[in-house]
Amino acid sequence: MEHNNCLLDIKDLAVSFMTANGEVKAVRGIDFSLSKGETLAIVGESGCGKSVTVQTIMRLNQEPPAVIKNGSIRYTNPEKNIDVDITGLNNKQMQKYRGKEFSMIFQDAMTSLNPTSRVGRQICEAILKHTTLNYKEAKNLAVELLGKVGLPNPEAVFARYPHTMSGGQRQRVMIALALSCNPTVLFADEPTTALDVTIQSQILDLMNKLKKDREMGIIFITHNLGVVARMADRVAVMYAGQIIESGTLEEVFYQPKHPYTWGLLGSVPELKKKENSRLLSIPGTPPDLFAPPKGCSFAARCPHCMKACMQYEPERYQISDGHYAKCWLLDEECGKEVVPPVGRDLSVFKTKRKEI
Amino acid sequence: MAENRMTENEILLDVQNLKKYFDLGHGKSLHAVDDISFQIKRGETLGLVGESGCGKTTVGRTLVQLYEADAGKIIFRGRDIATMSRGQRKKEQLTKRMQMIFQDPYASLNPYFTVGEIIGEGLEIHKIGADKKERLDMVYELLDRVGLHKEHANRFPHEFSGGQRQRVGIARSLALNPEFIVCDEATSALDVSVQAQIINMLIDLRENMKLTYLVVAHDLSVVRYISDRVAVMYLGQLVEIGAVNEVYDHPMHPYTIGLLEAVPVADPDYEKNRKISMMKGEIFSPVNPRPGCRFASRCPYATEECSSITPQLRCMGGDHYTACHHPVG
Amino acid sequence: MSETTSSRKLDFTPVGENDRDAEQIIRPSTRYWPEVWKRLFRNKLAVLCLTIIGVIILCAIIMPFLSPYKFDEVNLLSSSLKPSADHFFGTDATGRDLWTRVWIGARASLLIGFLGALTPFIIGTVIGAVAGWYGGRIDMIIMRVCDIMLCIPSMIYMILILMVMGGSISSLVVAMAISGWMGSARGFRGRVLQFKNKEFTLAAKTQGASAARIIFRHILPNILGNIAVGLSGAVPGAIFMEAGMAYIGLGVTPPNISLGQLSTDGITYFMSASKFHLFLYPSLVISVMIFAFFMFGNSLRDALDPRLRDEEYNAKRMRKIKRVLRREARRPGKAVV
Repeated sequence: MEHNNCLLDIKDLAVSFMTANGEVKAVRGIDFSLSKGETLAIVGESGCGKSVTVQTIMRLNQEPPAVIKNGSIRYTNPEKNIDVDITGLNNKQMQKYRGKEFSMIFQDAMTSLNPTSRVGRQICEAILKHTTLNYKEAKNLAVELLGKVGLPNPEAVFARYPHTMSGGQRQRVMIALALSCNPTVLFADEPTTALDVTIQSQILDLMNKLKKDREMGIIFITHNLGVVARMADRVAVMYAGQIIESGTLEEVFYQPKHPYTWGLLGSVPELKKKENSRLLSIPGTPPDLFAPPKGCSFAARCPHCMKACMQYEPERYQISDGHYAKCWLLDEECGKEVVPPVGRDLSVFKTKRKEI
Repeated sequence: MAENRMTENEILLDVQNLKKYFDLGHGKSLHAVDDISFQIKRGETLGLVGESGCGKTTVGRTLVQLYEADAGKIIFRGRDIATMSRGQRKKEQLTKRMQMIFQDPYASLNPYFTVGEIIGEGLEIHKIGADKKERLDMVYELLDRVGLHKEHANRFPHEFSGGQRQRVGIARSLALNPEFIVCDEATSALDVSVQAQIINMLIDLRENMKLTYLVVAHDLSVVRYISDRVAVMYLGQLVEIGAVNEVYDHPMHPYTIGLLEAVPVADPDYEKNRKISMMKGEIFSPVNPRPGCRFASRCPYATEECSSITPQLRCMGGDHYTACHHPVG
Repeated sequence: MSETTSSRKLDFTPVGENDRDAEQIIRPSTRYWPEVWKRLFRNKLAVLCLTIIGVIILCAIIMPFLSPYKFDEVNLLSSSLKPSADHFFGTDATGRDLWTRVWIGARASLLIGFLGALTPFIIGTVIGAVAGWYGGRIDMIIMRVCDIMLCIPSMIYMILILMVMGGSISSLVVAMAISGWMGSARGFRGRVLQFKNKEFTLAAKTQGASAARIIFRHILPNILGNIAVGLSGAVPGAIFMEAGMAYIGLGVTPPNISLGQLSTDGITYFMSASKFHLFLYPSLVISVMIFAFFMFGNSLRDALDPRLRDEEYNAKRMRKIKRVLRREARRPGKAVV
C-alpha cells in the first residue's frame, strides 16, 4: 500500500466502557488502515465492537464511560497538511475534524436529524459552520446536494421537515448532510439496515456512485454480507472486539481462513437454494465482553477448537499481502489441513449466482 | 385456487377475502389488509414477504386474533374463527392451537419475569400439568428443546443475548403444543449466524412437532429457506403466490422481480455484474387507496389499464398465481 | 500480546464440544428490586430518612402506652408547664401532657398520610387501567369525567365533604380520595396505553392471559418504580393537606387530635415565651416527618434509575482510571491494561 495514500492508520486500539458492574472491553487491540478512495467494510455481529471502533475514531463516545485504553489513530491528509493522532485530541480540537474531515451516516436517520428544523436549513448550517460561503451560496450548494443524492425536486425538499419524509428520503438527506463539507473519510454505520430491500438497493447504488465521483475513503459498518459484497474493496471481520480476519473482498469471501468467517459466510441464506440444503449455523452466542475469554474469543463456538485456543490468544498470521487472520489453525506447528466447511461450496456458488 | 384444492381436511387454515382497516380519523382509513385470500395446508409453511408497511404483520396478528378482522373469513380446522365469540374461541382452545413468535427479542419478553416464568406462563394460565413442579419440568424440557440450559430458567431476559432471547420466545410459543405458529419477522432482529441457528431450529421443530407455519418476513432469502410456498404482498394485497422455487426462479409480477433483484447477494462477483436497480420510488401508505394496481406508480411496465382496473390473482400454471395485467415471462 | 510463541507450549489437540459451553452466561444474575434496595441503602440520606420515618412511626405506636398520662387527661394543677423530665414536651393550658398528645396526633397524621395517599391511588389505578385497556368510548367518558373534576380546585371538594361529613380521619380520607384519584387515573391510563401494544403484552395475550392478568402481572411490575416514587411524594402531601385543613378549622374534631390540629392550636402561642413549646414540638415533628418522606422519595427515584448510578460511579472511577493511564503512558513500552 502506498503510504501517502493512507488516510487512517489504526494501531492496537483498545476501548473499554466503565460501568458499575465492571469494565466492558468493547474493542480489544485492533489494527487496520484506510486508503483514499477505498471502502473498508467492518463486518460483525451486534456487540462485536464495530460501532464503537468508528465512534472512537470520530471521538463520539461519551468519555466516560468510554475510555481509550491503548493504541493510536493516525489521520493523515497531505493535501491539507494534516497528520495527527486522534486519540490525543480533546473535544474542542476534534470539532475541527468532525464534519469537515470525517462525516458519518447513521442507521436511524430520524434520530440524527433535528425534527424541528427544515432539512435544507440543517444542511446549510453545516456548510456555514465549516466553510466561508455565505448563506445564499450555502443554500445553492445544499439544493445541489439534495439533487445529487437523488431526491426529486430538491428545492421543495429543502423546505421540508424530516418527519414528513419517508425513511429512504431521510437517509438520502443524511447522506447529503454528510457530504456537505466534502469529507475525506465517510463513516457509514449500518446506513441501510432500517430500510426495505428496494430502498436499500437504491441507497447503495447512490453511495457507490458518490464514492466514484468523490474519491472518499469510506468505512462501512454492516452485518449484512450481501451489502459488504456490493460495497467493499476490503473487509475486516470483527468478533468480540477484535479483527479476526481482514483482506480484500475477494480474499475474505472466496478464500476465508478463519472458522468464524466460514461460519458467517455459511450462515447467509441464499436466494438460489439447493434442494434440502441446510444453513450452516454457528452454535452458541458471542462471549460477554464484560469478561472476555482467556484464549481465542471464538473458541467456545469453533468446530475446530484446540487446547491452544482455550489458553492463548491467537497471533495475527499473514496469509498474503494484506490478508490477515487470527487463528491458531494457521500456525505452522499446528500442521492441520484447513478445510472450509462443506455447508457452502463457494466455487459452485460463484458460477451459479450469475444466472439470476 | 378452487380447481387445485386438496381435500378439505388437509387444509389447516383457509383465509378468504380478509380485510383489516385502521380508522385514522378525519375520514381517512388505512387499508392495511385489503381482500386477501390464501390457504395453508397442514404441515406446510407459507412465507409472506413484502416491504414494511405492506400489511404482512397485520395479517399475522389478525390470524392469531390480536386484531379483529373487519371482513372475510379465517377458517381454521374447518371453522370460521373470525366471527367467533370469545367464549367459542376459548372452547376451541385457539390460544393453545395458534401461537406467535415475535420480531423483537428484547421487547417481547417481560423484563420483570424470569425466563422460566415467561415460558411457563401459558402452562399456568391453562392449568396444564398437575402442580408447579410438573410445570417446571415442562419448562426445563422446553429450554432443552431450544438449546438452553436448565439453570437459565431463573435468569432474567436482559442477561441473555438476542439469539438466546429469541429462543426463549420460541420455547414460549411451543409451551402449549400448538399446531400453527405465526413467525412474525422472527429472525430479522438477529445477526446472521444466530439467524441461521433460529432458521434451522424452526425447520427442525416443524419436522419434530408437526407444525404449520406462516412465516412473515421482509428478508426474501430467509423465506426461501424455510417455506414451501411464498406469498408476496404489496400495500395490503397479494401480488404473487406460488411454490417457493416457482416464484423465486420464475417471478412474474414486476414487484417480485424488483424485490428479488434488490437483495444484496453475498458474492462479490455477482455484485460486480449487478445492474442498477430497476425499481424506483418508495412504497407509500395505503390510506384511502385509489382503484387500479397499487404498484402502478413504481412499475416500469405500467399502462393505462393498470391505473384504472385492479388486477385479480390469475393462475399462471400449477399453483402459481399473480395479480398483474402484464405478467413477465 | 506480551508472550512470544517460543515461551509457551502450544497444544494443538482438538477440544470436543462437551468440554466447552457456548451458551454460558458470565455475568452474575441480577434482579431489579434487590439492586434497587442495594442502591437505596448505599445512599446515606435515604437511610437517615428511613430511620427518621421508622422512629416516628415506632414512637407513634408505643409512646402513648409508655406514657403515664392519657392524651385527653385534664389536670389543671399542672397547666402550661414547660418541658421537664415529667412532661418531655410540657403541658398545655388544661394540663394535658403534650408528649402523649404529639404521638397520638402523629398516629392520626400518619394514618391520614398513608390512607390519604393510597386510597385515591388505588381508585385511580383501577379507573385508569379500565380506561387505558378498553379504550374507545369507555376511555372517552372516563377521561372527560376526569377533566371536569380536575377543573374544580381540590380545596373545594375537601371543604364541601368535610363540612358535610364532619372532621374525622375517615372523612378526610374520603375527601382526599374524591379529590385526588384523577391524577393517578390519568397517569396509569397513560402507562397502560404505553405498554398495551408492547410485544410482551401481545405475547401474553396469545398465551391466553386475561386483561386483569396482563394489567396486574405484566404491566404493573413495569411501572412499580414510578408508583413507589409517586406514593412517597403523596404521603407527605396528604399529611400536609390535613395540617392545612386543620388550620382552617376543618381538621379532625376534638377530642381527637392530629399533628396539624396541635400545631394550629399552638400557633396562638407563637409570640408567647412561656408557651412557645406548644407550637414548637408538634410543628417540629410534622416538619421532620414531611421532610423525611420527601427526601426518601427523592432517593428512591435516584435508586430506581440505574443510569444515574452508572454516571455517579463513573465520575468517581474516571479520575482514578485517568491517573493510572497517565502513569502507564509515561512508563517505557506499551501500556498493558
